[in-house]
Amino acid sequence: MRDLKYVGKGVSREDAVDKVSGAARYTHDLIVPGMLHAAIVRSPHASARIVSIETDAAEAVPGVRVILTGSGLCYQLGLYMQDKCILARDVVRYQGEAVVAVAADTLDIARAACRLIEVEYEPIDAVLDPQEAMKDGVHLVHPDLGLYEHMKGVFFPKAGTNIAHHQKIRKGDFDDAFANADVTLTAEFYNPPVQHAPMETHATIAQVLPGDRVELWTSSQSPYTVRHLMSVAFGLPHASIRVHVPYVGGGFGGKAGLGLEPLAYVLSKAADGRPVKVVATREEEFNTLPSRQGLHATIEIGCSNDGKIEALKSTYVWDAGAYADYGVNIGRAAAYSGAGPYSVPNCWIDSYVVYTNKIFGTAFRGFGHLEVLWGVERAIDQMARKLDMDPAEFRRLNLLKEGDETITGEAFTSGHGDPVGCLDAAAEAIGWGTPSARPSDASKVRGKGIAALHKAPAMPTYTSCAAVIKLDEDGGADVLISGVDYGQGTYTVLRQIAAEELRIPIERVHVTWDCDTAFSPYDWQTVASRFAYMGGNAVIEAAADCLRQIRETAGRALDVSPEKIVCEDAAAYAKGKPESRIPYEKLALGYTFPNGNSIGGPVIGHGRFIATGLTHLDPETGQGLPAQYWTYGAHAVEIEVDTETGEIELLKIATAIDAGKVLNPKLATGQVVGGVVQGLGSALWEGFQFDENGRFLNPSFTDYKIPTAKDLPRETEQIFLEAPQPDGPYGARGIAEHPMISVPSAIGNALYDALGIEFAELPLNVERVLLRILEERSGKG
Amino acid sequence: MHTITFHVNGASQTVHVAATTTLLELLRDRLQLTGTKEGCGIGECGACTVLLDGAPVTSCLVLAVEVDGRSVETIEGEAKDGQLSALQQAFIDAGAVQCGFCTPGMIMSARGLLQRNPNPSDEEIVEAIAGNLCRCTGYEAVVDAIAAAARSSEAPRLLEDDDPAGGADA
Repeated sequence: MRDLKYVGKGVSREDAVDKVSGAARYTHDLIVPGMLHAAIVRSPHASARIVSIETDAAEAVPGVRVILTGSGLCYQLGLYMQDKCILARDVVRYQGEAVVAVAADTLDIARAACRLIEVEYEPIDAVLDPQEAMKDGVHLVHPDLGLYEHMKGVFFPKAGTNIAHHQKIRKGDFDDAFANADVTLTAEFYNPPVQHAPMETHATIAQVLPGDRVELWTSSQSPYTVRHLMSVAFGLPHASIRVHVPYVGGGFGGKAGLGLEPLAYVLSKAADGRPVKVVATREEEFNTLPSRQGLHATIEIGCSNDGKIEALKSTYVWDAGAYADYGVNIGRAAAYSGAGPYSVPNCWIDSYVVYTNKIFGTAFRGFGHLEVLWGVERAIDQMARKLDMDPAEFRRLNLLKEGDETITGEAFTSGHGDPVGCLDAAAEAIGWGTPSARPSDASKVRGKGIAALHKAPAMPTYTSCAAVIKLDEDGGADVLISGVDYGQGTYTVLRQIAAEELRIPIERVHVTWDCDTAFSPYDWQTVASRFAYMGGNAVIEAAADCLRQIRETAGRALDVSPEKIVCEDAAAYAKGKPESRIPYEKLALGYTFPNGNSIGGPVIGHGRFIATGLTHLDPETGQGLPAQYWTYGAHAVEIEVDTETGEIELLKIATAIDAGKVLNPKLATGQVVGGVVQGLGSALWEGFQFDENGRFLNPSFTDYKIPTAKDLPRETEQIFLEAPQPDGPYGARGIAEHPMISVPSAIGNALYDALGIEFAELPLNVERVLLRILEERSGKG
Repeated sequence: MHTITFHVNGASQTVHVAATTTLLELLRDRLQLTGTKEGCGIGECGACTVLLDGAPVTSCLVLAVEVDGRSVETIEGEAKDGQLSALQQAFIDAGAVQCGFCTPGMIMSARGLLQRNPNPSDEEIVEAIAGNLCRCTGYEAVVDAIAAAARSSEAPRLLEDDDPAGGADA
């Protein structure tokens, strides 16, 4: 294999130049001539009937152009489950839900008008606890659940209940294996809902154009999914909807589905086609737009005395909130990963996605896995102690190995990667097995913890994407693709791949930044850590298509067959005759002979990739092939706990991930550090708080803390293993979400090691930790 | 309405503003200097950080009328003569940029730090950017970038050029 010039190198981001200079334009920054600005009135109640809406005073405000309520908007929206309206109709289902929208000449006017709108509500029963919501006779968040359109054969809503989806996994005979197990354990765990908190809140501009066309500029992870769902919701042909995605200021899953696009569209339509800009305030980002779901988990494990896991049963109850469009798929994906990266011959999982009257859930980096593995990886540690085994050794014994099967019946092969290698590397990096140094301060104690992780892309069986490469007049290349680089760095990696494959200096290769469904080829969505993998393969194929065209033209120019043409250093030449070289710029638009005759034509390459071999899961057993590939990893941490304050300090966190191939070490390292620190947020600080009426109490950065620069661990270490992914670009597999998964688990395990106290609920904030320490001291623990 | 005259990135501007207009609105909406970002609008996230007479401020919490007669530096003024500053280049080289939305504010906070303290310790860097939230990078590379910029040739230049007391605020 030839030496790689760009792939595997720490190439800097091309987009960083725009971003450090303020030139990068985000949807927030855009102005479309004639644009109106929108503001919304939100529900103060978690559950209420809308009795009346009085808008006269607001309409009289000069500059107000449109006021919309839900009653006139008979559209049902959703990707997997069409359960949501654009504005609340008849009832509100969570505090913060959009009820009325105003478009006006300025944002100040729109907001002033909103304050003059009077909505009369009649509060009705609310159901806030998902376990409560599963009982008979409770308030139904969606009485019409049985009538909703949804992805059939994949999701199974239960009419007449609050259960939006029930995912089952059945493998072997759990009851028998558990009854015969030498050692058993039952434990419960809880994760609260949390916010993505991208620094750019959701923003959309929509303009309805003559002839039932619409143009959108939006901070989305998924231009084509936005287009498709708009098409379905409004009955518009796909070609009449054009979606632009400029720079996006972070997403983490929160910008994956439909956001503000339908609202901006109906406002523009009502404003006779004037463009309308809708930007979420930070408070709306917290309590109008979706979050990560909460999770109650009950886990039972049965083991043999020699430490083999024989049986595992989990009940996962997801707090979907008021709408479950994306939540149903999280309940599904987290179920088929729901036993952790272990060989479990007898497995029984029930994963219920349950409606409640709270802010609704959606995709969030890790897609249910951080939540599920908080429980599984804590339970695994508890079981290791019951067995009197070292937690790392217990994991090593049970981690998936060649010849094992996953809980959906997929054979684990060497191509899956190296879970044991990841565990060992992380453990070694923190000196696992050697006791921590004694803290100088007597009130402080130290502990070490480890946790494994895994995840596969959760995506439809037919997920696909395409890439187009255009050669420029000067022999450079433009890559067009519709996955969105909202910070992950994928465009840089695709640029490296394109330069490598085309044999062009990387400075002359550019990935076109703004996605535009009118020009960029199809991609499903930028989620699930699958963009570099699928997009990378599509770019490789597109580059091969370019080279085929170059070879054909050069072959005719040099009078040799195309197979005899060598492409190198942005030029083509006949094999063995480098002096015959024709630079790409003389081939990019076609080749002209000295006499003026011309051949070939503009070189435009097309590549594509589609998921292969995936199956729907059996509705009764969950058996099947849901995963295009898996990525495995582990975190190991050493912490110091201040027993006087409950404060946890991370002395070190080491992360090992089997990337298959590290395409760009600088970006991969940065992505892991960022994911780890985001995971730290889930571990130590983040969680929504609601009062007894379902009112969201902490929708701001003052009351909901995300990590700051002061919260950095003292030391982080990133370790990449490279057991190649057989069908990955250069052997790579996705690593974007994984750094966040199992960070809380590793810290929870270290906390037990330090204190000898079990924690089942996140976050592990000072209040929770200190109260438990005090309880233990007073003998109540 | 109030008439104010102030300097933005060295150029004088005279504008009429309402008493309620914030500096952030003046910069973004009126002057269309959209490099400065709004992440929360209530002083919690630091995305809108600019320098006011050399000191970092969250421009969403400063009223436009307050800047009358004063000097504002935004991210658009950071590069000089088409050349990125050493600080900007350090952000790129260190991999301190992901989605980029916090980056302008982060760089302005760092610029404010380096102007008053050309050789900051890591602790001082962390303190200076503690009010700039970033959800992507985990901050490690940002701290590295600022430390690298301080070590670079730019630091001596700053020492010579800038008022060590930190500007004309007093």
